[in-house]
Amino acid sequence: MRLSRAILAASILFASSFVQGSARADERLKVVASFTILADFVRNIGGDRVDVVALVGPDADAHVYTPSPADAKTIATAKLVVVNGLGFEGWLPRLVKSSGGTARIVVATDGIVPLKEPPGSHHTVDPHAWQSVPNAKVYVENIRRALAEVDPASAESYRANAARYVAQLDALDRDVSAMVAKIPEARRKVISTHGAFGYFAAAYGVAFVAPQGVSTDSEPSARDLAGIIAQIRKEKIPAIFLENISDPRLIRRVAAETGAKIGGTLYSDSLTDEKGAAPTYIDMVRHNIKTLQDALDN
Amino acid sequence: MVHDLLIAPFTEFEFMRRALAGVVALSLAGAPIGVFLMLRRMSLVGDAMAHAILPGAAIGFLLSGLNLFAMTFGGLIAGFAVAILSGVVARNTELKEDAALATFYLASLALGVTIVSMRGTNIDLLHVLFGNILALDDQTLLVIAFNATITLLTMAVIYRPLVVECVDPVFLRTVSRAGAPTHLVFMALVVINLVNGFHALGTLLAVGLMILPAGIARFWSRDVTGMIAVAVVSAALSGYVGLVLSYHAGVPSGPAIILIAAGLYVVSVLFGSVGGLFRQWFPGRHLEA
Repeated sequence: MRLSRAILAASILFASSFVQGSARADERLKVVASFTILADFVRNIGGDRVDVVALVGPDADAHVYTPSPADAKTIATAKLVVVNGLGFEGWLPRLVKSSGGTARIVVATDGIVPLKEPPGSHHTVDPHAWQSVPNAKVYVENIRRALAEVDPASAESYRANAARYVAQLDALDRDVSAMVAKIPEARRKVISTHGAFGYFAAAYGVAFVAPQGVSTDSEPSARDLAGIIAQIRKEKIPAIFLENISDPRLIRRVAAETGAKIGGTLYSDSLTDEKGAAPTYIDMVRHNIKTLQDALDN
Repeated sequence: MVHDLLIAPFTEFEFMRRALAGVVALSLAGAPIGVFLMLRRMSLVGDAMAHAILPGAAIGFLLSGLNLFAMTFGGLIAGFAVAILSGVVARNTELKEDAALATFYLASLALGVTIVSMRGTNIDLLHVLFGNILALDDQTLLVIAFNATITLLTMAVIYRPLVVECVDPVFLRTVSRAGAPTHLVFMALVVINLVNGFHALGTLLAVGLMILPAGIARFWSRDVTGMIAVAVVSAALSGYVGLVLSYHAGVPSGPAIILIAAGLYVVSVLFGSVGGLFRQWFPGRHLEA
């Protein structure tokens, strides 16, 4: 363990010293984002003037990510590092320092009032602020300002792109609200193990009820199953999004016994690749609201 | 109070009723099979066969997901293949039957794990290995009940030669030629019941509901009929108590059922009326009564 860490540190030092000398060849502004959703924002604001890399790629989980020497190399060449903040990427500040890079770090959630995390979680605040579209506009403004400071020559272009993108986000926000409005008020809740939809719930009024007693993805006991069924019946929850119960037969059993509908996949922390259902942030939000509406509408 | 503890879980939740029905069906067919396995000193053969079935079930699983018929069919084929292959090797070479079976079942198990991991994730493998008695749908229940019925009917037909073969195979050979076919049919029943146990308890524990009740029964009865009766009752009782335990204590259901059976076994070893340790230590007092 200690040895492998030493090797990692050495390779980071080596890689960064190597890279610093050879940088600046590229015209485009090099930006590193911690995960795909931030990278999508940067791409939309920067257009073809920036080169953005997401450290945690499509379909990967930023919560359990461990940086590799290649990531240190990427960061060392970057001019700007975009992070979510709110404790989402605890590993990144140290990585920036150890990579020896000179990149500016911008925290995209600056100015957002964080929600408290539900009890029993390891964060103190809920970092998944991007799930509310109004928050996404704050992200965009923070990123735009940082880009303009690092690359003043293109500031006007960034401003125009950001304005266009914010207009799209406004339309998205209106669409999501309109779709939620179509769902009868009593049906606006789902039971879900997703911890990531706190901001979405607060912004649009769809409740995400956490199943009680199911904490891990180990095999549920009869008590766990009975608990979930009783809870769904009592709170009259019309749809279930229980992705961490991995046995499809169990989910079908719960659905058969409660009359609740089985929902599809919701994307929370990561975009998919080009072929997936959510290659961009706007696609992701549209996919999620469509999935919710399909499950809740009758 | 007692009602809340013992009956309410089943009246309130359908999945509990289904689990109970499943475990009773498994007990009715599996426990007698277990008794014969034990009498023929083949208790561990059941376990080996359970693992030998894996590649067949895995191929069925890969081709059509958690499809019952595909998994059952694949399991049957793999089980028969291993049984026949090890029989052929044992008859024609120096290797004894147990060693032949051991090599084939290990190879079969490794093949099964490889196949499951080729597609699918570890989680899929866990479904195959552990089954789930809480997720019995109509189809699964029907297959379990069907297999149990077939098993009981077949047992009724081959009962006499089977019993004779257990106690005195040489005698059976002198009076009848039913020995070999009886053995084959019996092995088929073993495989069918193991596949049955798969859906409810998974590969690892499917044997548990067959062998443990047989072990329990050995301590309470001297004749085969009595043993079968005790085995069936103790298997069903373990299933019921295990489910209740899983409901109240939050223990995974499959292991809970087997652990209850293991508990009953320990009690039987200590206090059984036929050869129980307590009886052996204090024979006088019991004989006076």
